[in-house]
Amino acid sequence: MPETYTLPSLPYSYDALEPQISAKIMELHHGKHHAAYVANLNAAITSPETANLQSLIRFNGGGHINHSIFWKNLAPAGSPDTDKSNAPTLVQAIEKEFGSFKDFQEKFNATLLKIQGSGWGWLVSRTGGKLDIVTTKDQDTVPADTTAIFGVDMWEHAYYLQYLNVKADYVKRIWEIINWKYAEARFTGSSEDEFKDLRAML
Amino acid sequence: MSLAATTRSTLFRATKASSIRALGSITAVKTKYTLPDLPYDYGALEPHISGQIMEVHHKKHHQTYVNGINDAQEKFGAASSPAEKVALTSLIKFHGGGHVNHSLFWENLSPTSKDGGAPPTGSLASAIDDTWGSLDEFKGKMNAALAGIQGSGWGWLVKDNTTQKLSIVTMPNQDPINTTQYTPLVGIDAWEHAYYLQYQNVKADYFKAIWNVINWKTAEKRFS
Repeated sequence: MPETYTLPSLPYSYDALEPQISAKIMELHHGKHHAAYVANLNAAITSPETANLQSLIRFNGGGHINHSIFWKNLAPAGSPDTDKSNAPTLVQAIEKEFGSFKDFQEKFNATLLKIQGSGWGWLVSRTGGKLDIVTTKDQDTVPADTTAIFGVDMWEHAYYLQYLNVKADYVKRIWEIINWKYAEARFTGSSEDEFKDLRAML
Repeated sequence: MSLAATTRSTLFRATKASSIRALGSITAVKTKYTLPDLPYDYGALEPHISGQIMEVHHKKHHQTYVNGINDAQEKFGAASSPAEKVALTSLIKFHGGGHVNHSLFWENLSPTSKDGGAPPTGSLASAIDDTWGSLDEFKGKMNAALAGIQGSGWGWLVKDNTTQKLSIVTMPNQDPINTTQYTPLVGIDAWEHAYYLQYQNVKADYFKAIWNVINWKTAEKRFS
């Protein structure tokens, strides 16, 4: 019997990210969407049938990993975690790579808005520490030779109830709730990769 | 035919501008696409699809695809190197596909007070029975295919142009049906923006409800 996965609790309440992300979005996104990825992943890995299984594990396993990182890389606006001074090493590396923090943000936003369909935008570090902006489609996880520093969910369910078709506003406001403390920990390697085994399975 | 070329040829057909087509493809490439009017009011598909969804979907999303294809086409015309043109084909396919798909979608929906939900008749009805056993069996298969889409995309009932056989195909994102191979009969938009304001994560309910507003008369015309 393989290990089964569980929906992680959010490190804050559903309404804690308002007004940037509404409680209704958070409740559906965590309690329904993420929960469905977990349930479908568990169903796939315990299923005796083999048809389409690899695709289901990849999709739902990816959904579980991506959302688990996403919840942690957000924090209520104005809380100490959203203060960039908590990410000195990362911010320095961003400025070195992209010229300035503002240039990085603009490039990140533009990249995310170009996604054709469902997907995610990520700041990743490549082997050796070089930073890069990548997008992944649907629930694909970040490329194997990269570590996700933080991600932004660009599926319509992540913003639609509040922002409708104006995804540029969602992308603009998400900066107010990025958890820089957690991003720094992922960049410096002090946060452990809890999904190492699952990622290997995808 | 490349997908971008397929998209363009479908777009030409979608415009139904025979006078422009007669001027040849060079002129046609410069045609500006426009948002088609809906053949019914925004609220006409309620309660199956809310007026708010229809308004945002048509006025905002579809308009964005129209703007996108016009913009990409203009840049394509101005591009001098093959590399620049190649770089634009992804945008042409995405926005052109979005324009084609939505244009077909609006036409294959209708209020229940008009043709919406009335089952197909004649040769299309027979073909569905021959292929799936019954209309309900077909709907079940189509809904399962729609529910299985991993991400954004569309589900289609199509006719194979060579064998005349019916089948269900799903396409990712805004990829259009290859109309050299298939004739699209009924399309269902499975992007979250097509249902989220009303059905949220319960997309199965949207797929169930939409059959009440499917316009089989349009499908019959496309079939024959």
